[in-house]
Amino acid sequence: MAELDEVLRVDELRTYFYTQEGTVRAVDGASFAVKRGQVLGIVGESGCGKSVAAQSILRIVPPPGRIVGGQIIYHRQVAADGASNLSEMLNLTEMHPRGQEMRSIRGSEISMVFQEPMTSLDPVYTVGDQIMEAITLHQNVDRREARKRAIEMLEQVGMPRPGEIVDNYPHQLSGGMRQRVMIAIALSCHPSLLIADEPTTALDVTTEAQILDLMRNLQKQTGTAIVYITHNLGVIAEMCDDVAVMYLGKVVEQADVDSIFYDPKHPYTQALLRSIPRIGQARKRLEPIKGIVPDPYAIPQGCPFWPRCIHAMPGLCDHDQPEYVPIAPGHSVRCHLFRQEAM
Amino acid sequence: MAISQPVGSTDLLLEVKDLKKHFPIRRGFLRRTVGYVKAVDGVSLRIRRGETFGLVGESGCGKTTTGRCILRLIEPTSGEVILHDPEKGPVHVEALDKDQMRDLRRDLQIVFQDPYSSLNPRLTVQQIVGEPLVVNKIARGKELQDRVAELLAAVGLRSEVMDRYPHAFSGGQRQRIGLARALALNPKFIVADEPVSALDVSVQAQVLNLMEDLQDKFGLTYLFVAHDLSVIEHISKHVAVMYVGKLVESAPTDELFRNPRHPYTEALMSAVPKPDPRAQSARILLTGEVANPAKPPPGCYFHPRCRYAIDRCKVEAPALAEIAPEHLVACWRAAELDLRGIG
Amino acid sequence: MRAKSTSANPAIQAAAPEGAAATDVGRLSLWQLMKRRFLRNRLAMAGTVMLVILYLLALLADFFAPYHYLAKSQDYVLLPPQWPRFVDAEGKFHSRPFVYGIETVLDTYNLRYMHKADPTQIYPIGFFVRGAEYKLLGLIPADIHLFGVQEPGTCYILGTDRLGQDLLARTLHGGRVSLTIGLVGVALTIMLGSALGTASGYYGGVTDTLMQRGIEILASFPQIPLWAAFAAAVPPEWSSLKRYFALSVILSLVNWTGLARQVRSKVLAYREMDYTSAARAVGASDWRIILIHMLPNALSHIIVVATLSIPGMILAETSLSFLGLGIQPPMVSWGVLLQDATNVTVIVLNPWLLIPGLFVIVAVLAFNFVGDGLRDAADPFAI
Repeated sequence: MAELDEVLRVDELRTYFYTQEGTVRAVDGASFAVKRGQVLGIVGESGCGKSVAAQSILRIVPPPGRIVGGQIIYHRQVAADGASNLSEMLNLTEMHPRGQEMRSIRGSEISMVFQEPMTSLDPVYTVGDQIMEAITLHQNVDRREARKRAIEMLEQVGMPRPGEIVDNYPHQLSGGMRQRVMIAIALSCHPSLLIADEPTTALDVTTEAQILDLMRNLQKQTGTAIVYITHNLGVIAEMCDDVAVMYLGKVVEQADVDSIFYDPKHPYTQALLRSIPRIGQARKRLEPIKGIVPDPYAIPQGCPFWPRCIHAMPGLCDHDQPEYVPIAPGHSVRCHLFRQEAM
Repeated sequence: MAISQPVGSTDLLLEVKDLKKHFPIRRGFLRRTVGYVKAVDGVSLRIRRGETFGLVGESGCGKTTTGRCILRLIEPTSGEVILHDPEKGPVHVEALDKDQMRDLRRDLQIVFQDPYSSLNPRLTVQQIVGEPLVVNKIARGKELQDRVAELLAAVGLRSEVMDRYPHAFSGGQRQRIGLARALALNPKFIVADEPVSALDVSVQAQVLNLMEDLQDKFGLTYLFVAHDLSVIEHISKHVAVMYVGKLVESAPTDELFRNPRHPYTEALMSAVPKPDPRAQSARILLTGEVANPAKPPPGCYFHPRCRYAIDRCKVEAPALAEIAPEHLVACWRAAELDLRGIG
Repeated sequence: MRAKSTSANPAIQAAAPEGAAATDVGRLSLWQLMKRRFLRNRLAMAGTVMLVILYLLALLADFFAPYHYLAKSQDYVLLPPQWPRFVDAEGKFHSRPFVYGIETVLDTYNLRYMHKADPTQIYPIGFFVRGAEYKLLGLIPADIHLFGVQEPGTCYILGTDRLGQDLLARTLHGGRVSLTIGLVGVALTIMLGSALGTASGYYGGVTDTLMQRGIEILASFPQIPLWAAFAAAVPPEWSSLKRYFALSVILSLVNWTGLARQVRSKVLAYREMDYTSAARAVGASDWRIILIHMLPNALSHIIVVATLSIPGMILAETSLSFLGLGIQPPMVSWGVLLQDATNVTVIVLNPWLLIPGLFVIVAVLAFNFVGDGLRDAADPFAI
């Protein structure tokens, strides 16, 4: 019954950017699944394609980017009475990005919180206007009811004095407060899936802690599934049930959070975990990953990680792309080391 | 302020006494001063020769301004900065005139946070790294080229990169170039202003290791300014915590992290997301926002967010006092509170 | 403290050097990268080609036009353009282009001379023919013209004006003034604007406040009356050349404020750049910081702003001369030529007198294309 538990399945997604200088394969074979009511973390360094993957799910990839392959299957819950988990499968890749179907899903069934709380709110409208817009766009309610719900939402995201804040403009709020407003907007239509793209990266650590706490509590209350995109392994460990690790456009490993941290299989995941300084541990020398993230126009042939990999096998890794293979229930890896084991 | 650190004057390199930087707030047509932002408000530091002194705090706490005031890249409002030279004796940096300051600049250098804005895009690597040598008329021609090649080798870059422009390099490589420039004049003291916070996790470790190697090789002393506690813990011997322009706590690293005595330090440490799914513990969540340095609250600046605050905290600001050897805290309740550290 | 920028923004990714040619691109300076991007912009390249053609035409006006621009012909006043033809009235094809002769008759009803093409007279156009003497580039005596016809035939490709002067020759000569007055004006603008803008931005304080208020006052005057006032103050006895330079100074006096503001804002931004702090930290002087770290970075911006302000200057010269306040006859400029086209009769009966206006439009458009192209090329985030 694994299929039924999923709210979203992304299968070999490819999103390319056709620029004057050449093709940037921002997402080039990303597969992951999000279980209903759970948090999937997507972790990776800058340029690994994690944000473009999120944009692809919502079909808001900016030009000259295009989805050129793969599938994004959204399982819409039809009867949510708990007993019968009936759902219909919708292939988001087949929808028109600006069509009626996609617009009714975007912002309502799947919504998003962005990294920059400064730029994602419109400075000329009050906070209340912007929450109410989201509500009236997807739900059939009048303005008074929408305003009442907006205040409720602000209260739910832990905003002090929601009745006052609702008439404030974004510039009157701090970064953390703005991010709370963004979350209120995203959750106002009770989505089945929330995509959070580095929502706390621009915030200070004590504010980040508040927002993470809020998101975890709301997630427990509402049962909304979350795709949480970040580069911070600490945030991943705190927030997520499952983790997908991305490197240069590919998901190289997906597993539950405990396996990722205690039994990582892919050499990149292992190296990433070794390279971070950990608080409270004895001062020992860090083990960096050698080399640099390659240029997006010059992704190496074969496995994209081989030039930096300590297990690279010449003749194989620098030549053939590894398959994405399951090695345990819920644990898949894209590495030649594991293809050999399987054979 | 009674500071009686048992630091022998021989191994003391830099002393900062009651440093203040108040930025005027100007309004109106005549640009009249209507108030001051107390970005740095009475900071005192004692930095030992050859050690890394960590300065940590959230955005706007004045840690960057402190670093720049020490180098007089920003002119401090008041306070003393004393460089202890074994031969020349103590030098009062804040009292030097323009020419004397030019000479002293060889001893005091800086590495910046933003790898993009720290290198002039119009200059080649050779011109960037060689600028200190050219400006101070130390080397020219072939000698200059050799010296630049040496410096590049020291930071792990090949001399072939000399005729390239900054746009050819990744963030980590740019930070190496910035380090090479800072090393060109054989400085004694380097202010490292968030040198790794703009870098990818896998590259952060490379740069941190490099900085440690350079410290050993050239006998450098660092003032390491950062907001990331795990990086600070990894690299520093001694750590000072800033909140709204003031030091709230200063102690040797292990002491501070195991045995914090200020409620803000405790909350800050508790807020850091730990990259370990099995070690998640309850957080101390701060309420409210960081105080506005233009309009700080009366008494202790932290009291509106402090869960241990008593009436005295609201009216009277505590001074920094030595609670244990080398452990300074500015809190009325430091002696009685049992705060949670790490590990 | 700035947030980590770890988004997979394709624009940022695209800013990374090209893969295969990474080593090459790394060795290219920003100027070379700017050139590469400019050369790829088709519209900008078309503008560049147009400008080269226009300037060549103006520079070698005597060669390209068959007549001297001041030579009057009383027999052919207000002659419509004589188009070169290949096919004659009998439908016969001529391998060499020709023009018909002109038959002038008096229209007794309107009491004016009417020029009609006479298909019986065929004058083949000769190339590289000898004609009126001139000095090439003002130095080398020559009498070769690109084209012309044998006497008594005439070859007024663009027609003649009310004094019987060749409009082609006059338009090309007019281009000399109209196309260069912008350049001289912009050169002055760049000097004034960069120097004052840099000083204002770098030193700040009272200097900056005074300068900004001054600029605001200067910029709040309506432009045309201001130009007119300046132009009216130029002594009428001045020679054409003096007048020309006086006019370019006037144009730049009004124009520099915009550039000064832009340079100031750039300098303010560069002052906050870490590389400026780094230079200060190693002991670089103010002059070095301005000359090495600020002006070279501002220069691409200055060039863009300057290029985009040339069309305004061309239009300003045209307007002033059109109003009789700019260039005075016998010197010609496009504005002077357009003075002839000030009433409805002209537009109805002698529409060819508007042709200099077409040249103005083409030149202004070409400059705008080039300026836009430069602006796009100078954008550091679109390598």
